[in-house]
Amino acid sequence: MGHALTAEQAAARTLFHVVDEHDHEAGGSTLLGFWIYLMSDCLIFAVLFACYGVLGGNYAAGPGPKDLFDLSLVAVNTSMLLLSSITYGFAMLASYRKQVAATQFWLAVTGLFGAAFLGIELYEFAHMIHVGATPQRSAFLSAFFTLVGTHGLHVTFGIVWLITLMVQIGKQGLNKANARRLACLSLFWHFLDVIWIGVFTFVYLMGMLR
Amino acid sequence: MQLPYQDSPVLQLIFGRLSPAALPLHEPILVATFVAVAIGGIAMLAAVTRYQLWGYLWREWITTIDHKRIGIMYMILGIVMLLRGFADAIMMRLQQAIAFGGSEGYLNAHHYDQIFTAHGVIMIFFVAMPLVTGLMNYIVPLQIGARDVAFPFLNNFSFWMTTAGAVLVMFSLFVGEFARTGWLAYPPLSGIQYSPDVGVDYYIWALQIAGVGTLLSGVNLLATIIKMRAPGMTLMKMPVFTWTSLCTNVLIVAAFPVLTAVLVLLSLDRYVGTNFFTNDFGGNPMMYVNLIWIWGHPEVYILILPLFGVFSEVTSTFCGKKLFGYSSMVYATVVITILSYIVWLHHFFTMGSGASVNSFFGITTMIISIPTGAKIFNWLFTMYRGRIRFELPMMWTVAFMLTFVIGGMTGVLLAVPPADFVLHNSLFLIAHFHNVIIGGVLFGLFAGINYWFPKAFGYKLDVFWGKVSFWFWVVGFWVAFMPLYVLGLMGVTRRMRYFEDPSLQIWFQIAALGAFLIAIGIGAMLIQFYVSFRKRHELRDTTGDPWDGRTLEWATSSPPPAYNFAFTPIIHDGDAWWDMKQRGYQRPLSGFKAILMPRNTGAGFILAALSTVFGFAMVWYIWWLAALSFVGIVGYAIYHTFNYDRDYHLPREEVIRAEEERTQLLAAAARS
Amino acid sequence: MKNLLRTLAVLPLFAALSACDMVVLNPTGDVAAQQRDLLVMSTYLMLLIIVPVMALTVLFAWRYRHNNREARYEPDWHHSMRLELVIWSAPLLIIICLGALTWLGTHLLDPYRPLDRLGPDKEVPAETRALQVNVVALDWKWLFIYPQYGVATVNELAVPVNQPVTFKITASSVMNAFYIPDMAGMIYAMPGMETRLNGVLNQAGVSEGFSANYSGAGFSGMRFKVRGVNDTEFKRWIATARTGEQSLTRDVYLQLAKPSEREPVRYFSNVDSQLYSSILGMCVEPGKMCMHDMMAIDDRGGLGLGGVYNVARIEDDRPRAVFGSDASHVIGMCTAPVVQTFEDDLLPQVDRAPLRGAGLPRPVSNTSRSLVADAIDPSSLQ
Repeated sequence: MGHALTAEQAAARTLFHVVDEHDHEAGGSTLLGFWIYLMSDCLIFAVLFACYGVLGGNYAAGPGPKDLFDLSLVAVNTSMLLLSSITYGFAMLASYRKQVAATQFWLAVTGLFGAAFLGIELYEFAHMIHVGATPQRSAFLSAFFTLVGTHGLHVTFGIVWLITLMVQIGKQGLNKANARRLACLSLFWHFLDVIWIGVFTFVYLMGMLR
Repeated sequence: MQLPYQDSPVLQLIFGRLSPAALPLHEPILVATFVAVAIGGIAMLAAVTRYQLWGYLWREWITTIDHKRIGIMYMILGIVMLLRGFADAIMMRLQQAIAFGGSEGYLNAHHYDQIFTAHGVIMIFFVAMPLVTGLMNYIVPLQIGARDVAFPFLNNFSFWMTTAGAVLVMFSLFVGEFARTGWLAYPPLSGIQYSPDVGVDYYIWALQIAGVGTLLSGVNLLATIIKMRAPGMTLMKMPVFTWTSLCTNVLIVAAFPVLTAVLVLLSLDRYVGTNFFTNDFGGNPMMYVNLIWIWGHPEVYILILPLFGVFSEVTSTFCGKKLFGYSSMVYATVVITILSYIVWLHHFFTMGSGASVNSFFGITTMIISIPTGAKIFNWLFTMYRGRIRFELPMMWTVAFMLTFVIGGMTGVLLAVPPADFVLHNSLFLIAHFHNVIIGGVLFGLFAGINYWFPKAFGYKLDVFWGKVSFWFWVVGFWVAFMPLYVLGLMGVTRRMRYFEDPSLQIWFQIAALGAFLIAIGIGAMLIQFYVSFRKRHELRDTTGDPWDGRTLEWATSSPPPAYNFAFTPIIHDGDAWWDMKQRGYQRPLSGFKAILMPRNTGAGFILAALSTVFGFAMVWYIWWLAALSFVGIVGYAIYHTFNYDRDYHLPREEVIRAEEERTQLLAAAARS
Repeated sequence: MKNLLRTLAVLPLFAALSACDMVVLNPTGDVAAQQRDLLVMSTYLMLLIIVPVMALTVLFAWRYRHNNREARYEPDWHHSMRLELVIWSAPLLIIICLGALTWLGTHLLDPYRPLDRLGPDKEVPAETRALQVNVVALDWKWLFIYPQYGVATVNELAVPVNQPVTFKITASSVMNAFYIPDMAGMIYAMPGMETRLNGVLNQAGVSEGFSANYSGAGFSGMRFKVRGVNDTEFKRWIATARTGEQSLTRDVYLQLAKPSEREPVRYFSNVDSQLYSSILGMCVEPGKMCMHDMMAIDDRGGLGLGGVYNVARIEDDRPRAVFGSDASHVIGMCTAPVVQTFEDDLLPQVDRAPLRGAGLPRPVSNTSRSLVADAIDPSSLQ
């Protein structure tokens, strides 16, 4: 045209609103939101790691890591959690194929591995408390019990969530909402794995080297 | 020292350490306050019952998941708590103005030490935070052309958790006591050995419960801004307020977990007897100081950044100009966000770090003043060659610019470690942070409230009372805090209850006078709300765009319909609404569809109520109640997840009716 | 020249505030005076930018008000590269100057660094020994131990003027901050830890010191008199202190450490020579393991599983965590006591070589030293 458009002409050409609009379904941001939440959770662990880093050498003339940790037990424990991550992966695969029973089965296996992990951890704690290495005995033990215990609490929470989700999948099938929840729990579960690898390396392995 | 347990084990089992002795009947001030609050509360409950408002309140407000109503409730919470926090301030000012020459004033240490702790905690966590969150909650979805936040239910839950924290703090006034440790509760003083009473426990649980709300609302708004912007709104076309909100929520998500964790550790020390921050068994109190400030410093920017956004919007609107240097404004915000994490040590230069560490943190702190300075210049050059309408929001903005630079200057002074050695913990420091928090955060909030009030309620705020409030606040602020700068230079420390040097008294009396001027300012603000409500027909905004605004929130009606926008807008320019107006945008009058909306739910309220009970039970060692309420929280949360029916369609007819109403309003406005 | 500049710089501030006693702006000690100088210089540096900004704000607000139709109105002008460069670089330049000042000032005035001057152009004579004072913040009073003289006082500090003083500071229970505005900046006093402060008083007279960090109910009364005295008076004062009725043994200390408010001044004629290190090691109570022993044991990996039994219950009714164990402490082992001789406390003298860059020649004389050149070799810093 070569001429400047008048405002009306420009407006007629430019769309200022979505004409053919669809429903804004809830849940479109859930995974992102959950990711953000996980990162904030990660910071809680970061603080606990930092505390362990600073206070981990303060045995208050009490026992140190070498006196207390049983690496083979922790190795078994670690493998429980790692295996549970794999089986959770199988649950996710089954859910993609819309197989409700298979999803529930693998979830159950995951939960059992998680429970085994917790059982071993509780045994370890009970043993330490039994020999007198209580969280009150030294700053090292306070930091140790808190860091490992917080991870354990997360796993406990994960198992409660997992059972709830199994029931919900049984009742409602693998609908959109449940698929989303499954994906969130998956993130959560693998996140706990990653944290545990940090705990295993930083607390147990490095503790034995200290 | 004996803990105040009851003698009977049965009573102990039922009531924990709660006993009639916990009621502060020996404090006449508290008894009088309680009577006043009780009478007021009963009158309010009676009124609600009399006018049969319970159903309305429950359906339309308590259970609402509409971000606009939640935003308004946040603002109300903030203003109510402002009255409480300010009452504390007045009491402190009075005490310090009279406690001279052997007089101990009218407050004993037990009471006074609670007051300054409560003042700090309330003003930061339950005034500034709710007001800022409320503003973001209300405005951000509108500015980005969204229908609600990403997680509407979570939003309701966050609000009620914040309120639950505030309720616990208010409980501590009448049942037991609040912490006597200063607002950050440094151990070992806050440890069980030196603070065996319930005060620190109230502090911990109030902040933990409110912290859950803050964190979740941070996650929520972050996801909202990232995912729900209208088509065409690229990051560099976001309004500045949305940008600053984005950065603030990044800070919330990255800072509040640290607070949560450090308070967990403190409560473990207090409840379980671990040794994180104790003197013995290898504990290290300095760890607490570091951690709490790793949260605490970003917190300062969490508060101020959104208000930088408000000032940007206000300046640009009332100068009738595009904001000068939009991109440098954005970069400045981002730089501040990042830098705010590497300055925390400047809060304790005097704790014995080496000179290199101190100067590193001192210099990083100063560097923050560069982007902040750039911002000030940007506002300045937005005014340059503008056509400035001095409406109330703009008046607050100019007052901010003149006040804040002084606060910024004293802040940089305190960042010079050797200067901090002589000014740390002094009244100079107190004057500095009130200078930035009142001059920045509060002035910004008042600018924002006056600016967006017509959007939220459909009528403008009364100008006369607004001006009264403005002048009393601004003058009151200067009168109240300039003496504190002087006193700081005279070597006077914070948190003092009485003084020996009589030459100081005149300065404290001036400061007290300033506080009373501010009290009048607050009163005038409340009158302003009331008068505006009475004159709402005169002050009515029919256009939805009373200030000739530039951003999307002005494109919809005042107050906006529940769904915000009948059609999602498409954005072509940073000042989207201005651009639409310039290019002769015509509001669509047909083609409306039913709109999918989230359903109201009482779950957030119930969970928060259970959390309040849990917090109270933990404070008083009522273990059965704590266990019961905890099981209740978990159980109810699980129960809530079994509800899959969370949306409904707002019928097309509803949308058409609402839009038709607006069309007629606009037509009427055009005729007159 | 420097003094002239300084006087000029401080003048207006003083003029405005001469009515009151601004101890922070007008201290008698050299360290505090240097801190004041830094404060004032920083203020003026910042005023360079603050004043124009405030003036422009008022000017623009007036000039571009809505009903001034004569002013230019450019609604679409929103960007100017040149202007943006200025608004970023102006604060940057100021911060560069201030940053340099901060770096040097912080190192020069590091409270841990022994003094190398007593005042402007007044070096510490080579033979001078610093007076050492061990400071303990108690609930809610101050204990000063003079190890070189074997006396101690409560709530009164006397120091000879023009002699450097080295404070070693700790606390018995909670955090406090030790602050004498006339002498030098403050530093925290923390239990189980030692902080240090070096300062000097340059004028005889009485001033005040106090805690600058809230520490509980009796905090407001946690003040003490600071007497700057000449040498003879100081000797007389020490002699007075020696007439104190009690000697400061561990038992007396434990009594003293109990919370009390507004304690009158007290003198102790004699001090248990290991008391301060026991306070610092948190092991004044008999049988308790000292921190330094504990840390040495921990460095070697702790005491093993048997170590859990090496604790003793504390038989008093101190509050404890509701789910915690009984109040207890780690039992001390028979390790060698730390014998503190006063010679141990002699701190290394300061290297007075001026701060220099690589390849730069040393200045020849010391007479033209500026604040910058006063700096010392970083290697000798704490």
